[in-house]
Amino acid sequence: MAQTLYDKLWSSHVVHTEEDGTALLYIDRHLVHEVTSPQAFEGLRLAGRKPWRVSSIVATADHNVPTEHSEQGITDPTSRAQVETLDDNIRAFGALAYFPFRDKRQGIVHVIGPENGATLPGMTVVCGDSHTSTHGAFGCLAHGIGTSEVEHVLATQCLLQKKSKAMLIRVDGELGRGVSAKDLVLYLIGQIGTAGGTGYAIEFGGSAIRSLSMEGRMTVCNMAIEGGARAGMVAVDQTTIDYLRGRPFSPRGDTWDRAVEHWRTLKSDDGAQFDRVVEIDARRILPQVTWGTSPEMVTDVRGQVPAPEDFADPVKREGVARALQYMGLSPRTPIEQIRIDKVFIGSCTNSRIEDLRAAAKVVEGRRVADNVKLALVVPGSGLVKAQAEAEGLDRVFKAAGFEWREPGCSMCLAMNADRLEPGERCASTSNRNFEGRQGAGGRTHLVSPQMAAAAAIAGRFADVREVI
Amino acid sequence: MTPFTTLDGLVAPLDRANVDTDAIIPKQYLKSIKRSGFGPTLFDEWRYLDVGEPGQDHSKRPKNPDFVLNQPRYEGASVMLVRENFGCGSSREHAPWAIEDFGFRAIIGTTFADIFFNNCFKNGLLPIRLPQSEVEQLFLQCLGTPGYRLRIDLESQTVLRPDGHAIRFDVDAFRKYCLINGFDDIGLTLQQSDKIREFETRRRIEQPWLYA
Repeated sequence: MAQTLYDKLWSSHVVHTEEDGTALLYIDRHLVHEVTSPQAFEGLRLAGRKPWRVSSIVATADHNVPTEHSEQGITDPTSRAQVETLDDNIRAFGALAYFPFRDKRQGIVHVIGPENGATLPGMTVVCGDSHTSTHGAFGCLAHGIGTSEVEHVLATQCLLQKKSKAMLIRVDGELGRGVSAKDLVLYLIGQIGTAGGTGYAIEFGGSAIRSLSMEGRMTVCNMAIEGGARAGMVAVDQTTIDYLRGRPFSPRGDTWDRAVEHWRTLKSDDGAQFDRVVEIDARRILPQVTWGTSPEMVTDVRGQVPAPEDFADPVKREGVARALQYMGLSPRTPIEQIRIDKVFIGSCTNSRIEDLRAAAKVVEGRRVADNVKLALVVPGSGLVKAQAEAEGLDRVFKAAGFEWREPGCSMCLAMNADRLEPGERCASTSNRNFEGRQGAGGRTHLVSPQMAAAAAIAGRFADVREVI
Repeated sequence: MTPFTTLDGLVAPLDRANVDTDAIIPKQYLKSIKRSGFGPTLFDEWRYLDVGEPGQDHSKRPKNPDFVLNQPRYEGASVMLVRENFGCGSSREHAPWAIEDFGFRAIIGTTFADIFFNNCFKNGLLPIRLPQSEVEQLFLQCLGTPGYRLRIDLESQTVLRPDGHAIRFDVDAFRKYCLINGFDDIGLTLQQSDKIREFETRRRIEQPWLYA
């Protein structure tokens, strides 16, 4: 029978199945960071257990790390304690690779896995972080787990799972100039809603997805979780294989050839059945800007803020009214009239080299607007930072008035010092515009790197297509 | 894990959709390396008028009188009634830890985000999915009836309303078994160690690049 990519990934990892269909699923790669792992390691210790296979573990410190003055160490004592706890745990238990604070390969866990070839097609990849869906871009089954499950994977190399339903989102046609993978995925979430993918594993396909680079595919899969799906994935093709060749943990020699032969089978068969199919015409997608406190509250840059009465469902209407109040926005305000206070270019969604290049192209030869108090660029990893500096992108950003920082999660979730003050409004390339996400009372608008750069220059949202 | 069998509990209604885990427990509290003590900061930004920091005495902070859990009629609630897509966003297990630590044992709603739903079961917290019409009725009854209680029986998979109306809910047999017995599922999985080893041996031969 014709199988979906998800069927293939699932069935090749089932170790055992309970009577009710709950499967014991084998985990190939376990990514670990400092926030969701301490209680799991502590649990292991208390039960007198050891990790099942330390060579599956790749770890880094990303959520808590400061992005400036790193030579002073981590000054916040609770953040420091958490990062040091990870240092201690990895020292005690071991790992395939650990990129600690200030290591030149340290960075956001979802950036360092792929760039080191630690994420390979056909793997099951888990991490105590919901944006683990990112790794599905490589034809992996990848999703976030809670801390109890982190402990479960450490102890058993397996997870207890029920198979999800399968959804295909097919995006055909060409993306317009100035329209990126981020706009594509924000548009998708606007179409299916933040609960649209609940209970599903989503495969992204179609010519628009095929045309994306690996960086673009990672951006799309990263935000599958924002559409409710734990896992997003893209079939393996030549783009995937070209990206992986020669990475530190990629196979070499004959093993590489054998691996590639296997990886080429990682796609849905012709005629495979999906539980739901969504079709999107890429040509309809314009640069997107969120206006509310949920990623589904999104429109295009030429649009306007809606009014609560536009929504028939009373729960939704109330949600919109509450969101507008929190965001300090009036109904019918044109998006391009919304002025901003801060700009954040970074996060596991948009901090890779391609993102920085795209933003730098908009910024080059221009200046950040006077009303913008802070414009930050936070590269996703030490390697991305080094690459960007080799290309001179840091100089472009700094000349325009941006701050060029050290890698980490930074203002995506504001666990370090980078945050919004109450009432401040931010154009952010991150993934969540929830209340308080970037700092208590902060107001987040999610956009692409190009759109964030254009907003920084204009001091308000602006259509990047008119700038480039 | 505390076993879950039956619960007769006061119900608190949280009448908003898409409640995310950042709202359930904000980021500053995730710096803890412990599993306990998150109850006082559950829904921190809605519950208090100031911005909280870890290590504070939260009992001294100004409370938002409008927030549902601050209303005296819901004091001691152990059942939370919620709207669609509850627990969306971050995978932080600190969210169910905070809900459980506050005193809730069950959450009733239409849909829950997948990771959150999963995390609940690992912490003796029962998330119950009911049809929209039933949840709507529960909201109406709860808001209109001071001291509104529900009786939840996991064995028979029913929610019993005070008016005698019983609502059946679905739960995976394996999860139910673990919850009723309070089992640590790592112990159960380790009973399959031989199968895991066999699987691993086969995989090493078929895809050696995964074991570099």
